[in-house]
Amino acid sequence: MQPLYWKNANVEFMKKINSCTIEHSKIIVNDEVIFESQAELFSDFAKEAYKSLHLNYPKFHKMDHLSKLAFLAAETLLQEDDHSSTAIVFANRSSSLDTDFKYQESINSQENYFPSPAVFVYTLPNICVGEISIKHHMQTENAFFVLDEFDEDFLNDYSRQILESGKAEKVLCGWTELYQESYKAFVYLLTL
Amino acid sequence: MKQDVYITDYNCVTPLGFDVSSNWDALLQGKSGVAKYKIIDSLDAFYASAIDHEKLEEEFNRNFERQDFTRLEKMFLLSLKPLIEKHTISEDTAFILSTTKGNISLLKNQTTLPEGVYLSRLAQKIADFFGFTTKPIVVSNACVSGVMAIAVAKNMIQAGRYKDAFVVAGDELSEFVISGFNSFQAIGSEPCQPYDKNRNGINIGEAAAAAYITSHPSENEKFRFKILGDSAVNDANHISGPSRTGDGLYASIKNAMTEAHVSPEQIDFISAHGTATLYNDEMEAIAFNRMELQHVPLNSMKAFYGHSLGASGLLESIISMESALHHTLLPSKNFKEMGVSHPLNIITENQTAEINYILKTASGFGGCNAAIVLEKC
Repeated sequence: MQPLYWKNANVEFMKKINSCTIEHSKIIVNDEVIFESQAELFSDFAKEAYKSLHLNYPKFHKMDHLSKLAFLAAETLLQEDDHSSTAIVFANRSSSLDTDFKYQESINSQENYFPSPAVFVYTLPNICVGEISIKHHMQTENAFFVLDEFDEDFLNDYSRQILESGKAEKVLCGWTELYQESYKAFVYLLTL
Repeated sequence: MKQDVYITDYNCVTPLGFDVSSNWDALLQGKSGVAKYKIIDSLDAFYASAIDHEKLEEEFNRNFERQDFTRLEKMFLLSLKPLIEKHTISEDTAFILSTTKGNISLLKNQTTLPEGVYLSRLAQKIADFFGFTTKPIVVSNACVSGVMAIAVAKNMIQAGRYKDAFVVAGDELSEFVISGFNSFQAIGSEPCQPYDKNRNGINIGEAAAAAYITSHPSENEKFRFKILGDSAVNDANHISGPSRTGDGLYASIKNAMTEAHVSPEQIDFISAHGTATLYNDEMEAIAFNRMELQHVPLNSMKAFYGHSLGASGLLESIISMESALHHTLLPSKNFKEMGVSHPLNIITENQTAEINYILKTASGFGGCNAAIVLEKC
């Protein structure tokens, strides 16, 4: 894919290096389908994708669905490169409501009151950013926004501030939306 | 050259009062919102910092006619109202809302998601009420959200996207959050004691806070604080445990101070996170020492307000600015005996001081950290 260039309000250009889209049980990197599955459930799709991408990272299986989605998208773009100066800026619509709903079910009744710390920790949308940061040793700028719809201009403006101020050299940026079986990731790498 | 961005107005709604001056008076007298509350039927009462329900209703009814708002939304509206009355909303005005769990209480016993639990819906409802025309931005980065919301306002104004911003931050006490922190065994059995030898966990709190941030301050502003630098760096270590090395907090402070062109000797006061869990406070002490900030007067507001999650960073920034305006450092309440392995200059009583440069920090789940540097102008 040719790098896309565009000009923002203030002088500097940014380049979009690579992008990954995950939806409808498909992973597309730079317009090429790299994995496709017949699985109908997200959990099965994620498991198959994990195998197909040869990820070998057992922590993946403990993650909630939002983290798995974001993690898979990040894996296709970050690979084994050095990302000690790559920031992460993500956004979505449903925050962590997929896990919030599951956690709430565990505390709804006094008879079946079993709150689990392993579930509770995923009731924050930025946990998926933490998971990616851990995997790639990214002690870098990170932010998570909740927006009504994907707003690429907004995310790019925010990313540009991080790049221009010298706080990072690249930004892994994008949309990581999931609620139950409805999901879409669109994640890309930006540089100046 | 980046344009300068200032905080010129703020307000807060907390268990200690429904405006800044009542909060300040209560803090000077050492009052705390922390008390024992029965929040979950099947469990014993917890120490938490709660807003009196009847007083909140009374205050809301005095100020607003419409009633179709949740308790949290009422807190947001009350905190924003005085700022909206003083500053004009234009098509270049951002609306930034910081929260971790929003209206999560609406989820109880539901089989489908009520609209109100979507954070963007919550933000839109508040935005529509006051007539904002730009799309609301929700910052949801666990416990650093309130500090980050200030940074987001600064960065998006500097990006040329907006001229000014109203930032509001809030979270309420809920069974959801209390049960979760309790399952982590992170809740203290007593009123919390940040940095103390006997600290054993957090008290959850609730609050809303609001600030007006602009690149075009008017002549009539009573005060101005310039947002000099900001950063939010991840520990890349653990999703629920603080880093043992303080790497992320250290890097956040370093980045923010570098952007601010401010040295450790210039910082007059640190408003730290200080949740009173064993590992968080220890991690902070390590990070502050690595930055050579151990001599700077420091406090945690958690024993006054509890940990109000998405509200805490903005609320504590506001109290820091009040400290600077009143030339008064507030103590880190409930701190008696040093309980972290590295030295810190923890404030133990109200004291007079000249405060020009403030460092505000926060850390949270997901390995996130945030720091901002403010200058009194």
